[in-house]
Amino acid sequence: MIIQEQMKVVRHAEIAEHIFELTLAGKLVGEISSPGQFVHVRVSETMEPLLRRPISIASIDKESSQMTIIYRAEGRGTKLLSGKLSGETVNVLGPLGNGFPVEETAAGETAVLIGGGIGVPPLYELSKQLTAKGVKCIHILGFQTDAVCFYEEQFKQLGDTYIATVDGSRGTQGFVTDVMAQLHIDFATYYSCGPMPMLKAVQAAYSEKKGFLSFEQRMGCGIGACFACVCHTTEQTGQDYVKVCSDGPVFPAGVVSI
Amino acid sequence: MNRLSVKLPGLELKNPVMPASGCFGFGKEYANFYDLSKLGAIMIKATTLETRFGNPTPRVAETASGMLNAIGLQNPGLESVMENELPWLEQFDVPIIANVAGTETADYVEVAKTISTAPNVKALELNISCPNVKCGGITFGTDPVQACDLTAAVKEVSKVPVYVKLSPNVTDIKEIAKAVEEGGADGLTMINTLIGMRLDHKTGRPIIANGTGGLSGPAVKPVAIRMVYEVSQMVNIPIIGMGGISEADDVIDFLSAGASAVAVGTANFVDPFVCPNIIEELPAKLDDLGIGQLSELVGRSHRL
Ligand SMILES: Cc1cc2nc3c(=O)[nH]c(=O)nc-3n(C[C@H](O)[C@H](O)[C@H](O)COP(=O)(O)OP(=O)(O)OC[C@H]3O[C@@H](n4cnc5c(N)ncnc54)[C@H](O)[C@@H]3O)c2cc1C
Ligand SMILES: Cc1cc2nc3c(=O)[nH]c(=O)nc-3n(C[C@H](O)[C@H](O)[C@H](O)COP(=O)(O)O)c2cc1C
Ligand code: FES
Repeated sequence: MIIQEQMKVVRHAEIAEHIFELTLAGKLVGEISSPGQFVHVRVSETMEPLLRRPISIASIDKESSQMTIIYRAEGRGTKLLSGKLSGETVNVLGPLGNGFPVEETAAGETAVLIGGGIGVPPLYELSKQLTAKGVKCIHILGFQTDAVCFYEEQFKQLGDTYIATVDGSRGTQGFVTDVMAQLHIDFATYYSCGPMPMLKAVQAAYSEKKGFLSFEQRMGCGIGACFACVCHTTEQTGQDYVKVCSDGPVFPAGVVSI
Repeated sequence: MNRLSVKLPGLELKNPVMPASGCFGFGKEYANFYDLSKLGAIMIKATTLETRFGNPTPRVAETASGMLNAIGLQNPGLESVMENELPWLEQFDVPIIANVAGTETADYVEVAKTISTAPNVKALELNISCPNVKCGGITFGTDPVQACDLTAAVKEVSKVPVYVKLSPNVTDIKEIAKAVEEGGADGLTMINTLIGMRLDHKTGRPIIANGTGGLSGPAVKPVAIRMVYEVSQMVNIPIIGMGGISEADDVIDFLSAGASAVAVGTANFVDPFVCPNIIEELPAKLDDLGIGQLSELVGRSHRL
């Protein structure tokens, strides 16, 4: 069930340049059903800035009713959000959408998780859940530059982790697809989240494989009511369109026309 | 007697608050949050004869205290609305106002004729003001002669009262209001969105794929209030006012300006509970003003 809640800020820290890790506590955490779901965050108590910001859930701890989101403070809204202090509350609507299907990879199989920039966060909870059930996870994470890299250590604890930076300041120089081309790995499933060009390249490179992609789209309501976030679908599907907020944000590869 | 109740052509409203068209889909998503029977009415998403996909994305952009949208009237089409959406809404004790859109008069007439037969559709809202479609829509809403003729054509076939939704994108909104009243409109709803544009700082290009979009949210409220104020003094049909309502005080303002009921659009995206919250807050607001019946507020501003 989707709820709206004043969630309590447990921890809030800048973990890389302009990248913030925000841990929130509340009942909403109990409603989260899969990694890759997101929340719609109100960054101000007033009507300015107006719209909520969609941010993926990066990790969940149901026992303590806590979840963590990781975001880049870039525009007006996320910059305001970055000023929230521990003990304050944030108005959150969620959990929203359908996340990554953990059940699509069996114990003993290998999954490749490919993330780019602020698309990396939801892969962390996904990897935790996959490894917990006995899936071998390989992570390929792309960033602009060393200063904005985050969570390399956390991912390493879960499985092999490869970093690519555009300027070569950490890991392989180039894009995640360059790492993919160098690694000759056999795997059952891939999961990916990141900017559209990256998703496109990943889907093309692994066209023979079973994969799941998480999409971004500018949103109004976040719950399926306003038709702001639609994407065209390919001929493989019976529908003309899907809504990223309520049908997605995760879709099987080949569903969304990219 | 219920102090919030409002009686309008075709509509017995428990209270004056309803979600605005396009900001509430066909109700399903918001039914997960509260009982839709609490609402005064529901204005459903624009319905056209055929299924419409709408415009390319991005379709929305945030602006100062507001947003631009260019959805482009995406909807499942008349047949699906009649078969799926409206019957589903029958479980609630709430009148439906069906927003009707089209490209030419014949489409409007066709949709109006059919949709007005649905048992829970108590009124139509003729959308002659959508700024986001190439043909139809706003072209009817900016020309008094076409607006009058279209209203008359729809009135002829509709089984329920017809409200006409006015566009603020005109030099003189009073002229259009007069014209649709002459065409036989039972009421007016206003305002639709104001045409605007937002550019991306980096690229210098519009953020919305369509280029322009319709501005809504708190930013447009002063324009809407002014227009309701002017039009309500010129016509003898009731007005459902909208544009930037996000709290109970805004409702008081619209009624004072001359609206008989109100619709809440964009604010539903910010707070899904905004409509029931406003309804709950209204009685205390009336107490503060020393007013018994909500309808006493209507047109207060005219008695200067
Ligand atoms: C399903 C989903 C999950 C996301 N998960 C994360 C995440 O985990 N971490 C993270 O840092 N970012 C994430 N994003 C992107 C994030 O929503 C935007 O970076 C953020 O909304 C920008 O807000 P701002 O205040 O910084 O920018 P502003 O420029 O002030 O934003 C203006 C408006 O545009 C919208 N907008 C701008 N950029 C985007 C974008 N890329 N995607 C969607 N809307 C945008 C904003 O929501 C706002 O309505 C996600 C987006 C989606 C759709
Ligand atoms: C995303 C969005 C979609 C809309 N779709 C419609 C529509 O289908 N038909 C219509 O008559 N008005 C539509 N509108 C206009 C609203 O009904 C309303 O007139 C306008 O937004 C002003 O009210 P607000 O400031 O409370 O949102 C839409 C507005 C928004 C923001
Ligand atoms: S954001 Fe409103 S339908 Fe997806």
